[in-house]
Amino acid sequence: MRRIGALFIILFGSSFLLFNLAALSTDPIAELRLSDAPNKEQLIVSLTRELRLDLPAPVRYFIWLRGVLGVFVGNPNFGLTREQEPVINAISGAIPVTIRLVFVATIVAIVLGISLGITSALRQYTRFDYGMTFFAFLLYSLPIFWVAVLLKQYLAIDFNDFLVNATISPPWIIFFSAATGFFWAAIFSGTRKRVVQIFIGVFIANSLLLTAISATKWFAYPRLGPIAIAILGVGIALGVTYLSVGLQATAAVKTSLMMAGFGTISYFPAQAVLNSDRPRLGLLVLFVVLVAVSVAGSYVFSRIDRGPIIRTSLITSTLIGLLILVDRLMQAWRPFVESDDVNYRPVATIGQSTIWLSEVPFWVRVLDQVMHLILPTIALTLISFAGYIRFSRGTLLDVLNQDYIRTARAKGLNERTVIMRHAFRNTMIPLTTIMVADFAGIVGGAIITERVFAWQGMGTLFNKAIVSFDLNLLMGVSIFLSTLAILANLVADLLYSALDPRIRVGAGK
Amino acid sequence: MAKKKSSASEVEQAQVDAGENAIFNKETEGLSQSQIVFRRFVRHRAAMIAVIVLFSIITLVYTALDWRIGSKEDPYIIPGWWKYNFEDMPPLLFEDCPGGSVGCPTIDAIPFLDGDGVKMGEHPFGQDDIGRDYFALVMRGAQRSLLVMFIIGLIAATLGTVIGAVAGYFRGWVDAILMRLVDFIITIPVIIIGSVIGYHYGNKGAAFLAVLLGFFAWTGLSRLVRGEFLTLREREFVDAARVAGASNRRVIFKHILPNAIGVIIVSVTLLMSGAILLETALSFLGFGVTAPDVSLGLLISTYQDAFTTRPWLFWYPGLFIIAIALCINFIGDGLRDAFDPRQRRRLTRKDKENARMMKNRSEVAS
Repeated sequence: MRRIGALFIILFGSSFLLFNLAALSTDPIAELRLSDAPNKEQLIVSLTRELRLDLPAPVRYFIWLRGVLGVFVGNPNFGLTREQEPVINAISGAIPVTIRLVFVATIVAIVLGISLGITSALRQYTRFDYGMTFFAFLLYSLPIFWVAVLLKQYLAIDFNDFLVNATISPPWIIFFSAATGFFWAAIFSGTRKRVVQIFIGVFIANSLLLTAISATKWFAYPRLGPIAIAILGVGIALGVTYLSVGLQATAAVKTSLMMAGFGTISYFPAQAVLNSDRPRLGLLVLFVVLVAVSVAGSYVFSRIDRGPIIRTSLITSTLIGLLILVDRLMQAWRPFVESDDVNYRPVATIGQSTIWLSEVPFWVRVLDQVMHLILPTIALTLISFAGYIRFSRGTLLDVLNQDYIRTARAKGLNERTVIMRHAFRNTMIPLTTIMVADFAGIVGGAIITERVFAWQGMGTLFNKAIVSFDLNLLMGVSIFLSTLAILANLVADLLYSALDPRIRVGAGK
Repeated sequence: MAKKKSSASEVEQAQVDAGENAIFNKETEGLSQSQIVFRRFVRHRAAMIAVIVLFSIITLVYTALDWRIGSKEDPYIIPGWWKYNFEDMPPLLFEDCPGGSVGCPTIDAIPFLDGDGVKMGEHPFGQDDIGRDYFALVMRGAQRSLLVMFIIGLIAATLGTVIGAVAGYFRGWVDAILMRLVDFIITIPVIIIGSVIGYHYGNKGAAFLAVLLGFFAWTGLSRLVRGEFLTLREREFVDAARVAGASNRRVIFKHILPNAIGVIIVSVTLLMSGAILLETALSFLGFGVTAPDVSLGLLISTYQDAFTTRPWLFWYPGLFIIAIALCINFIGDGLRDAFDPRQRRRLTRKDKENARMMKNRSEVAS
C-alpha cells in the first residue's frame, strides 16, 4: 500500500512538473497575434477564455487535475483537444496501435537478445563474443530514424522488386550461405578442423536450400504444407527437448515426438477449422486441443517427474501450432499479393494496414497487418535488443562465477543442466527488471518509429499535441506513458521479489 | 569459460590462476590508482582506437570551416581549410551524376584501384537542393551535435554528481526531497521533455537547447552517485577523516568523491552517447535545432525522401552520428573495464608463460 501511495505522489509530481513546463514554454496565442484575421481581438479573447489562459499555470494544472481525478468516481475528464474531441477518445484509439507495435518488438528483442547474449557469454573471449560486443555497440549507436529509412529502401522497396521474380542469383546464394556458415562456425568454435567442417557443412546445406527456394520461386508462392511441418516439427521437438531436459530423458523425447506427429496430423482438420466462418474461434479451439493433447500425452509417457516433461511438450506443441498458423497465412499470400489494393507490393512502408477498397477474407486482412508490422518491428527490435545482448551476457558471466555453479559442476551434472537449470534461471532474475522497465522505454522510442512509418498511435498524437500547443492532449499522452513507466517499475519490483526470495519489498528499512 | 577441459589441463589452469595474481600484483607495484586505471585503459585496444577516431573526427570537424566571430556584417574570420562554408551557395554541378541526379559527391576514397587515386574533388559529399556544399553542411551539423553532446554531458555530470552526493551524504529529509524530484523527472520519457523544450527553444540555438536539456538529463547519474555515496560514507576511512576533524565539504570532495569517480565517468560517457542520439532524434522530429542552423538529425530529416535518388544526402550525416556515438560507447566500455577492480585483462600466452616460469622458480626455491 505504501508503494501505491508513493506511485500517486510521483505521478502527481511529474505531471505537475510537465504541465508547468509545457504551459510556460508554449504560447497558444502567439500564432493568433501574428495573424491578420479581421476578428483577431475576438479570437484571442475567446481562446483565452476557452483555455483559461487568464489564470496562472499552476492554477490551471489543478483545474486539469480535478477533471483527471474523476477517474475514481468513474467520470474522468481529461479535457478536450483543440479540435473539441475528448482527449480520452483520441488516446484510447491510439493505445492499441502503439501497444501492438511495441509488444511484438519487445518479444522479438527479448528472445533474440537473450539467446545471442547467452551464447556470447558461453563463448567468452572468442571471435563470436567480440563480434557480438561490436554488434551490440553498433546497435546502441544507431539512430532509429536512420535505420528506418534504410529498412524502407532495402527491405521494402528492393525486396518487393525481388518478389516480382523471386529468383536468387548465384552470387547472393554464395554470399548468404557463407554468412550463415561463418555465423554457425563462430558459435561452435573448437579446433580449426572442426570449424572448417562446420563451415563447409552449413555452407553446402544452405546453398542447396537457397537454390531450391530460388528454383521453386518459394518467396513468390510461399507454403509449408504437411511435409515441411512434419520435418520442422521433429526438429523443434528434438531441439526443445535437448534444451529443457536433455535427450537422455526418453519419456520427454517420446512425448515431444508424439506431439510433432500429432501436430502434423492435426494440420488437416486445422485447415477446415481455420477456414470456417469464425477463424478466431477456430484458432482458440486448435490451441486448446494442442494443449490438452500435450498434457495428456505427457501423463501417458511419463511416470515420474512430470513437470518438466509437460513443459517441454507444451512448448513443442505451441511452436507447432504457430507453424500451422504461419502456413495458413502463407496460403493467403497469393490472394493478398494479387489484390488490387496491394498490387504486388506486399512489404508496406507506411501506415498500420491497407485501406481495403474491396471485401477481402479474414486471413488476407491478418496477413496485411503482419506485413505492415514487419518494418517498424525490425527497426524497434534492432534498437532495443542490443541492451539485452549486453545485459544477459554480463549477468550470465557473473552467475557462472558463483559458488553454486561450481557446486553444480562438482556434483557431476552435465554442462547442459548446469547452464539451463542453474545458470540460466538465475540470469533471468535481474533480466526481468530490465524487460519490464524496457517495455515502457520502447513506448517512448515508438514515438519516432511511428513518425517514420506513419502509424496513427500515441506518437502521432504527441507530435500533434506539441505542434498545435494542445496542452490537454499532451498531458493525456504523457500521463499515460508515465503511469505505464511507474506501473512497469512496480511490476518489476514485485516480480523481482517473487523470483528471488532473498529480496523483500517494503519490509522495513 | 564453460568449455569442458580435461583434468590435466585443469590442473595446469589452476597453477596459472595462482600465478595470475602474482602477475597482476607485479604489474601494479608502486603505481597510484590513477596510473593503474590509465594503464588498463591504454591497453584496451577498442577504446584506444575509439579515442583516436573520435579525436580525429573532432579535429576534422572543427578545423574544416571558417570561424566567424563577432557581428554578422563585419565578422572576424579565422579561416578553415575547406574552401566552402555552410552558408555559401556555389552553383549546382550537373556533370557525371548517375541517373540524371544533381550535385553528387566527388569524393574518391578507393585508393588507386580504379586508377585515379584518392581525391576530394569539388564537393566531396555532394551538394544539397540549392547547391550548398554538403561537406560543409555535415561538418557544421557535426559541430552542433558535438557541442550539444558536450554541454549536456558537462551540465548533467555536474548536477548529477552534486545532487547525488548531497543526497547520499546527508541522507534524511534532504535525500527524500531530492530523490522525489529525481522520481518526478525520471518518469517523464526523456523524448517528451526534450520535445516540449526543443520545440519552443530550438530556434534560440543549439547551445541554449543543450543547456536546457542538460537540466533534465542528470537524474539517472544522481541516483547512481547517491547509491555510491550511501555505501562509501559507512566505510572506515570516512570515519577516520571525520574523527580527524575534516569538514563535510572536505569529506565529500577529498575522501568520498575520488572513490566514486569511476562510476561517474563511465555513466557520463554513456550519457553523452545518449545525448547525441537524443539531439539528432529531436532535430529529426523537428523539435530540436531548426533551420537556418544545421544539425545532423535535421539534415537526415530534410533529405530522407531523397534517399532513392540522392542517397549521399542521407548517408553522410548518418555515418557521422554513428561514428561519434560508437566511439563514445567504446570509450565508456574501456573506462568501465579500467575502473572495475574485478575486471582482469585476458592473459596472453606470454603472460601465462611468465606465470609458469614464476611458479617453477618458487617451487625450486622452496
